[in-house]
Amino acid sequence: MSGTALWATVIAGSLGCYLLKLAGLSVPATWVEQPWVARVVDFVPAALLAALVAVQAVTSGHELVVDGQLAGLAVAAVALALRAPFIVVLLLAGAAGALAHVVTG
Amino acid sequence: MRNGGVIRVAGVSSPVRSRVLRDAVGLGLAVGLYGAAFGAAAVAAGLDVWQASAMSLLMFTGASQFALVGVLGAGGSALAAVGSALLLGTRNTVYGVRLVQLLPTRGILRRLGSAHWVIDETTALSIAAPDRALARLAFLAGGASIFVVWNATTVLGALGAGALGGPAQAALDAVVPAAFLALLWPRLQRAFPEAAVQRRVAVGGAVVALALTPFVPPGVQVIAAVVAVALAGRPRRTAVAP
Repeated sequence: MSGTALWATVIAGSLGCYLLKLAGLSVPATWVEQPWVARVVDFVPAALLAALVAVQAVTSGHELVVDGQLAGLAVAAVALALRAPFIVVLLLAGAAGALAHVVTG
Repeated sequence: MRNGGVIRVAGVSSPVRSRVLRDAVGLGLAVGLYGAAFGAAAVAAGLDVWQASAMSLLMFTGASQFALVGVLGAGGSALAAVGSALLLGTRNTVYGVRLVQLLPTRGILRRLGSAHWVIDETTALSIAAPDRALARLAFLAGGASIFVVWNATTVLGALGAGALGGPAQAALDAVVPAAFLALLWPRLQRAFPEAAVQRRVAVGGAVVALALTPFVPPGVQVIAAVVAVALAGRPRRTAVAP
């Protein structure tokens, strides 16, 4: 993607996210406080973040790929389950990814 | 609650004030690590330092920022990247509705300014504050400290990642999914409302995304994963009651 296209993406995404914030302070509360709107908004992050985790960890283009990213993710999951601080989780995941890269060449 | 006694005599409120400020600044420092991770992830996805910084300045909502660079990093189109950022940004609309009574929103300029800082952390700080004046203080102090630290650490993360190569690059690639998992993790824990349903939706989202990966343009599967929200079922009757 060219620099101009990246800038357009950054600006469009930023503007859209700002307008979503502004809408909350501006539209009548009843529009947003519909039970099903609240339901969807409560669960969108879980669906999207899990999809991003999966896509980042085991895909490359159209392929499913098992590599250091999956190793890093597994280590991160263990660290999170042990309540490790964020920085420790990232460092361990990074170390696992680098190790897998070195081992598998 | 540790300081319950202090809150109840909050007319004078100086200890409460300083606790609100301390929480706000503490949260600002805590998000700094995420800012550095975002800067690094942005560079790994092909953005330059200026673009990473522009996102932290202008978008200023972490999950959406991570999603946008995550989709670009996976080879996704601009449309898919912006779409997933916007889907995650809908949270902030709901937060705004909750905060509108608490925040300085009289007058167009105040409203435009307040809106930019309506995010997970400032909402949590404001709603936890014991009264309206302190909610406003928590919002402004939290927003300011998070904004400053988030932007500073984004630059540091982006510059740091740009200087890497070889195994360090592989390490960085492994850090990005780990950062997403760390964003997701608290939603799946027992303390989170309806954690079991959150887990079901999360598993559904991951399955949908992986199943579609061979067939759709990169990034589109992330947006399509939003259909997993249907697994949450209908709104609960009890939650609807005023």
